[in-house]
Amino acid sequence: MRKNGPLALCFNLLFVIFMLAPLLIVCVVAFTPEGYLSLPTRGPSLRWFKAIFDYPEFVRAFRDSLWLAALSSTFAITLAVPAALAIARYRFRGREALTTLFMSPLMVPHVVLGIAFLRFFSQIGLSGTFLGLLLSHIIVVLPFALRLVLAASYGIDQRIEHAAISLGAGNATVFRRVTLPLILPGVVSGWLLAAINSFDEVTMTVFIASPATVTLPVRMFLYIQDNIDPLIAAVSACLIAMTAGLLIALDRIYGLDRLFVGSGKG
Amino acid sequence: MSLAISSRATPYYLTGPALLVFLGLVIIPLGMTVLLSFYDWGQYKGIVPEFTLKNWIEVFTDSYFFEIFLRTFRIAILVTLATMLIGVPQAYILNRMSPGWRSAILLVVIGPLLVSVVARTLGWALLLGSTGLVNQGLIALGLIAEPLAFMFTETGIVIVLIHVLIPFMILAVWASLQRLDPQIENAALSLGAGQTTIWLRVILPQIVPGILSGAIIVFSLAASAFASPAIIGGRRLKVAATLAYDEFLNTLNWPLGAAVASLLLLALVAITVGSNRLIERRYSQVFE
Repeated sequence: MRKNGPLALCFNLLFVIFMLAPLLIVCVVAFTPEGYLSLPTRGPSLRWFKAIFDYPEFVRAFRDSLWLAALSSTFAITLAVPAALAIARYRFRGREALTTLFMSPLMVPHVVLGIAFLRFFSQIGLSGTFLGLLLSHIIVVLPFALRLVLAASYGIDQRIEHAAISLGAGNATVFRRVTLPLILPGVVSGWLLAAINSFDEVTMTVFIASPATVTLPVRMFLYIQDNIDPLIAAVSACLIAMTAGLLIALDRIYGLDRLFVGSGKG
Repeated sequence: MSLAISSRATPYYLTGPALLVFLGLVIIPLGMTVLLSFYDWGQYKGIVPEFTLKNWIEVFTDSYFFEIFLRTFRIAILVTLATMLIGVPQAYILNRMSPGWRSAILLVVIGPLLVSVVARTLGWALLLGSTGLVNQGLIALGLIAEPLAFMFTETGIVIVLIHVLIPFMILAVWASLQRLDPQIENAALSLGAGQTTIWLRVILPQIVPGILSGAIIVFSLAASAFASPAIIGGRRLKVAATLAYDEFLNTLNWPLGAAVASLLLLALVAITVGSNRLIERRYSQVFE
């Protein structure tokens, strides 16, 4: 395979600038000492990062978002593991239809899901509750969990399980001591991808969030609709720094190409 | 779980819990939304559960709605074309990099995907304002005399959506590039083909299915995008998703909003399913 020429490397450089510029500008503006949006030409200041703590609604929304992400991805993975094992190993009537149904939250626009949940929850008296947010997030993150567990389940050598059975292991033991350890990388990365997607979801959540239960991205969205100031840049910079840390850790531990391009050799 | 006591019913037990959750929380709410679009509504009487076609007639005949849907699909098409033009060469460059550089660039491609779209759009709002860095840079280079309007314009929305959605295109194209046999490129080279010929006649035909599946993902996400158009477009420049939001949370005309949402869903399902069928038929041999 030939190497990239100088033109290709220029293109690549421009692309990297395009991708990173909006994230960098947020981080730079967040350090401004002024009371308005500006570059920190008089030297950096932590003024706006300190100001975040004077707005408890951001801190509370952050805490609620973390809980929501942890809980919804845990429920989603609990539903996804048995479903993925069934889809990967059995040929049964309705298998294709079920897979399409479980993947459908990726196809249905989130704005439509948000409206559907708003209507549904207001009919059954769940509107504005944390339970409502949790149920809706389980649905939208389940496809991510299912896809990664499914990819891991296809790769299992079933003879290992047969060996365990022939040695007298029961169903529960086989699952706990053989099957689960084999698909564990898929389960962990599926859980993580589900949690990240729950944490970032804004389009659907904006319809069903209420002043009492609101996630951080929705809180930020509503704030930006009123005005854009260095405070919101500081909140966003914290999010970007957090994501960057997580990403680098993930890349070291697991490999990003494996996580996002599927089970391919990468 | 194991094959020891597996019966015909086992897969149904395993998928049962997820199926119940999806029936209760996807099928029923979506059904209720479609039903809602056929209900009546009035400023003072609220939602009246009487069958009427009035919302659908309004959505299809009022030029206000037609304009918004037209704008939505115009933006989605432009974003799809632009992500193809930038994403295909970038994926090709990525595929040729050494493993170390490749994982660094992959971080740049995938990283923004994990940052909330609100934070990314905020970054563009800072860059694209009339005194933002983009306008300052263009003026300093002498390319323009007056700042260009990006905020509250379709151009601004298109730029932001390209940034938000291009990772999906790159990942789709890169996945199909990885399946190529590098020996085919070498064979073409040894038979005397130039770089351009190899690109157009050897590589491109093999990755077209990857490009098209990336295009379908980008198109449907662009057509239903909400946060970026809402922040960059402001309250005036509406797209289908922000229109539905306004009908639900500002005007409170839920039946009309439900009709807008149902139409968006139907249009997108028709377009994605239709083009998937077309691709599978046209390129069936590639999918073998």
